[in-house]
Amino acid sequence: MKKNNAVLLSAPYLVWMVVFTLIPLGVVAYYALTDPSTGAFSLGNLANLGMYLPVLWQSIVYSLVSACICLVLGYPVAYFIAHCGPFAQKFLYMLVMLPMCMSFLLRTLAWVGLLQDTGIINTLLGKIGIGPLTLIRTPGAVILGMVYNYLPYMILPLYATIVKIDPRLIEAAEDLGCNGVQVFSRVVLPLSVPGILSGMTMVFVPSVSTFYISQKLGGTDTVLIGDVIERQFKQGNNPNLGAALSLVLMLLVLVCTSILNRFGGDQEEGGVVV
Amino acid sequence: MKKIISAILAVCLILGCGAALAGCGGQEKTTLYVYNWGQYISEGDDDSLDVIAAFEEAYPNIEVKYSTYDSNEIMYSKLSNGGITVDVIIPSDYMIGRMRQEGMLLELNFDNIPNYQYIDESFRNTSYDPENKYSVPYTWGTVGIIYNTKYVDEADVTGWELLWNEKYAGKILMFDNSRDAFGIAQYLLGYDVNTTDEAQLQACADKLAEQKPVVQQYVMDQIFDAMENEEAWIAPYYAGDFLTMVEENPDLAFYRPEDQGFNMFIDAMCIPTCCQEKEAAELFINFLCDPEISAANMDYLGYSVPASASKEYLDPELAADEIAYPSQEALTNATSFDYLPEDTSRYMESLFMEVRNG
Repeated sequence: MKKNNAVLLSAPYLVWMVVFTLIPLGVVAYYALTDPSTGAFSLGNLANLGMYLPVLWQSIVYSLVSACICLVLGYPVAYFIAHCGPFAQKFLYMLVMLPMCMSFLLRTLAWVGLLQDTGIINTLLGKIGIGPLTLIRTPGAVILGMVYNYLPYMILPLYATIVKIDPRLIEAAEDLGCNGVQVFSRVVLPLSVPGILSGMTMVFVPSVSTFYISQKLGGTDTVLIGDVIERQFKQGNNPNLGAALSLVLMLLVLVCTSILNRFGGDQEEGGVVV
Repeated sequence: MKKIISAILAVCLILGCGAALAGCGGQEKTTLYVYNWGQYISEGDDDSLDVIAAFEEAYPNIEVKYSTYDSNEIMYSKLSNGGITVDVIIPSDYMIGRMRQEGMLLELNFDNIPNYQYIDESFRNTSYDPENKYSVPYTWGTVGIIYNTKYVDEADVTGWELLWNEKYAGKILMFDNSRDAFGIAQYLLGYDVNTTDEAQLQACADKLAEQKPVVQQYVMDQIFDAMENEEAWIAPYYAGDFLTMVEENPDLAFYRPEDQGFNMFIDAMCIPTCCQEKEAAELFINFLCDPEISAANMDYLGYSVPASASKEYLDPELAADEIAYPSQEALTNATSFDYLPEDTSRYMESLFMEVRNG
């Protein structure tokens, strides 16, 4: 009886998953494995992917760098929030969420206005006799865009994990003779690994498939795999190749996240708030 | 108790859906889906005529749903993937030829489009629609180089090679669609723009790849902002859009490489096979051909009108403009893009992808 109830309760989600995730995935796989002009089964799309490997590699590197920068920036913030009073915690949590209330597209476009050669930063620098500096259309600008947009996805899971660390464990460590650095490195950090992993995943996955950020903030050579896929569907009119690329990207994300989660070992139960 | 609540919820849901469906069915207004290039109709900014509002006023039981695309190729992709309703599209010549050959266009009923009479003879019996069955010309124009006279030395403005000039590296924009981009390489290398020769296309791709390091961005309509606020200094684009941009930034100038050759295009209104409201679509096409409406529309767009009757209603300054209406002499080396065989289109597209991704 109880089991039946559980199935019933999860039914809406299961239906949702099947209709909006599994069936579309099947469609992607179908397109990836058929020939664009004849519609017959073919591995041609997958065989042609070799030329996109550098782009794929570039996307992974950019996303990993962004995820690491997010971690370095986000960890102290999450730690700080988790150690504030209850009211301050709620307030700071809201502040972290606040930028996400604004459209992602607008936030990225705002960076274009700031960074471009005739943008606000360069105009101000020009007034004090510096520049113009090349800020936009560089790999740095793309990574900046990723970090800026996805930083909340790092802070929130980290915060959720750190806030749950039992303060008695820290006290115990101190009583047993750990100094501040040791408490952090041997108690707090290991206990926040699940949050780190989930944060890294949540920054890495959207970064590796983004196309808008690289189109707006990147130059002609900072092409990411998301751009290539988007272009296959729009100008390229080759949904089959686009689907094949998406499939490869999906597999790759799966591999990357499972490698990441390996590091977590058996501590996975806590903290993953995807 | 829980069961009662869920039953009530379920009933509400069903009723809700039913009401929504009934709402759709009961609507008497015809919805007309118009799919057009971005920035390609007068929308009522700066005291111009709002063409769509004027149409809806003239035909109160038609409601226009307007959406835009960035290039012919994007429009083609969207239509050929199916699953959408579009009643009117305004592609360029070569794309009309392609869609006609592939059976994606409906024959027009010219009884509903009496204003077709105003279309000039020179815009009829074109290569993309030799029997005038599928399309009604909307505008025409030429492609040239827009540059900013504040930064670009006039001595460098000699031809298409300006777009390869390393002196202006990082300040040059380039077309983000294969046909226009390859066209420029073809004019520069002296090839026929309608070639199907793969070796020539490969040479064009190499030429475009060579250009990539100096290109700031591959863009379409983002060019307006970039040129107006001087983020970029040099860009190939359509003459009509130059006339819009120069109103915002008077330092801009337009150059047509008349010796090397350049593209002259016609954009025409068509009805695709996914159309649901053919008669309303024809009324819309007819409305856009009305000389006064089309003149008001072109006053805003800056593109050239294919009907001399409309020219009389145009702003006289625009009607006399050499950029919008070049003399026959200036058009000697102008060529139009023809329909390319499917294989060639695909090949060109994949080469362009390689240039962009490489």
